[in-house]
Amino acid sequence: MLRVRSLVTHYGGIQALKGVSFHVSPGEIVALVGANGAGKTTILSTLCGIVPASSGEVVFDGKPILNMSPDKLVRRGLSQVPEGRQVFAPMTVSDNLILGAYHRRRTASREEIKADFDSVCQIFPRLFERLKQRAGTLSGGEQQMLAIGRALMSKPKMLLLDEPSVGLAPLVAKEIFEVIKRFREMGTTVLLVEQNARASLGIADRGYVLETGRITLEDNAAELLNDKEVQRAYLGKGYRHVWD
Amino acid sequence: MGIWNEKYECLSRDEMQQVQLERLQATVNRAYENVAFYKRLFDQMGIAPEEIRSLDDLSRFPFTTREDLRDGYPYDMFAVSLRDVVRIHSSSGMKYAPTVCGYTKKDLVNWMELAARTLSAVGIDKDDVVQVYFGHGLFAEGFGFQHGAESIGASVIPVSEDGPERQVAVMRDYKISALVGTPTYALSIAEQMEETKVDPHSLSLRVGVFGGAPWSEAVRAEIEKRLKITATDYYSLSELGGPISAECENKCGLHVFEDHFLAEIVDPKTGKLLEPGSVGELVLTTLTREALPLIRYRTRNLTSIDYTRCSCGRTLARMSRVCGRTDDMIVVQGVSFYPSQIEAILAEMECAELYYRLIIDREGSEDILEIEVAVSGEVLGDTVGAIERLEGRICTQVRAELGISPLVRLAELRTLKSATGGSKGIVVDKRT
Repeated sequence: MLRVRSLVTHYGGIQALKGVSFHVSPGEIVALVGANGAGKTTILSTLCGIVPASSGEVVFDGKPILNMSPDKLVRRGLSQVPEGRQVFAPMTVSDNLILGAYHRRRTASREEIKADFDSVCQIFPRLFERLKQRAGTLSGGEQQMLAIGRALMSKPKMLLLDEPSVGLAPLVAKEIFEVIKRFREMGTTVLLVEQNARASLGIADRGYVLETGRITLEDNAAELLNDKEVQRAYLGKGYRHVWD
Repeated sequence: MGIWNEKYECLSRDEMQQVQLERLQATVNRAYENVAFYKRLFDQMGIAPEEIRSLDDLSRFPFTTREDLRDGYPYDMFAVSLRDVVRIHSSSGMKYAPTVCGYTKKDLVNWMELAARTLSAVGIDKDDVVQVYFGHGLFAEGFGFQHGAESIGASVIPVSEDGPERQVAVMRDYKISALVGTPTYALSIAEQMEETKVDPHSLSLRVGVFGGAPWSEAVRAEIEKRLKITATDYYSLSELGGPISAECENKCGLHVFEDHFLAEIVDPKTGKLLEPGSVGELVLTTLTREALPLIRYRTRNLTSIDYTRCSCGRTLARMSRVCGRTDDMIVVQGVSFYPSQIEAILAEMECAELYYRLIIDREGSEDILEIEVAVSGEVLGDTVGAIERLEGRICTQVRAELGISPLVRLAELRTLKSATGGSKGIVVDKRT
């Protein structure tokens, strides 16, 4: 579904991505783990056309999309749930969700969009309870669910999730990860970018480890979970007991 | 017939290249960060790891040789700290000093996976009883196949390097269906069976996977005939341990495990990349090794690679059976050739047993090549005319193939066997 080859991105004179290659097959959940500043968000921003790539190749659903504008990408089925939720605070939960389907207003029927709305409410019963509430008044976890729900409303072929667990209480984060796990059953392909390597590798099929703009490891998620290199990259020497 | 890992053994060429690029970049990044040798090498050449943007860029990188491994003895080439290395094997180092190979837990898992692929390819499954007679010691191969067979679910008996009588006894009593070991020892086992009048039909033997050193089609035919089994080849390097490529039931080339190793063929003299199909030196880059990543390692083995599809369903490229070593090359009267070329000619002569000696000497300003080949007692007892005709045929063939006229001498099997010290063919170069 997504194939990236030697992606290079600069922020001014700084090379943030130094030739990053990875792929996500249809129906997979792939985790991209790395410490702060490794370049995870840069990858997502580059994929979504928010930050220009200097070189490399990105193919989505068979078509090259490097440096394509974000709105075109959404229409092609690539949706991002950005870091920090970024819901439209003054609007209601219901409106936030419906806005997620904005670009489908001409191509999809009312019934289809209503059906999608209902299924999002089924996935997130908490949102269903708060449909008339203003998004800004929701808790962190609920906002995260709203952000994901909004992305789902765009009927994506692939979902890019940027640090969905950041700033959330562990139990809430766990709930979010449980929902993401169910996306596989729905046939949605997921690229999950996370600092919480353990949790994301726990639900992913495969993972890549990113260190200062370079990929240093690739494997099945289960293997990476047990890999000493990965453990050390996140917690440093001597902190292995914290991992467990 | 069993494809152990359908996902990775049947990827499209495009998908495989993507996997290879990802793993190559990760490997080069890790090697540069963690192995002083590679950091020095790249810095010296002014190349940064991120300059690998495509698989083709790899050909700009320098080679790694066996000498580099030897110089790093024992642990300098490791990319991880010793506490993460859970197994260490060493090569035998006869002509050269030994090289050391380390394995992390994940390296062992991968090794087991490739051994399982190798065994499955010839149809070994959980109902088989496998006899592994590779040594289980400092030298690697026995362990890998034991764990690989266990992961398939087969019953494994690690007989290791016990004597031929024990091997035959185990084969008979334990109802062994599959053998894994060196091809030359398989012939010793066959000899033991013949001497003790054990009929191969009375055993449960079905298949065998052999490797550890190059062996010819003639030897395969012998093994298959005398043990009544299907015999397949696999390829490994003592410096790395574990199968790198293996034959499928079609026996038309060894499928390279391309998701774990990137194979290139280069001209042994110039180091230039050769086209698929050309015979040259196999250069390997590990894609998944953690403890000992190797980039463009010169294997000194000669082979060629075929990227066309095999009818077995695997899309993994096939390498031909190793047809010689770069350091075996001999130059006589200005002609360079490999002993394997002469061996191939001798294999066609039905009256010759496959034991030979190549003796090279110099008389005055001329190089002389003498081929001593073993024949059965009946042939030696034949008329002088018949003997001369056989010698003549060998001479003509060699001249046609190489352009040199050798002296050919037939010898008695046992005498020659002791002269060669048991190896099929040796080269004695008397020129100083």
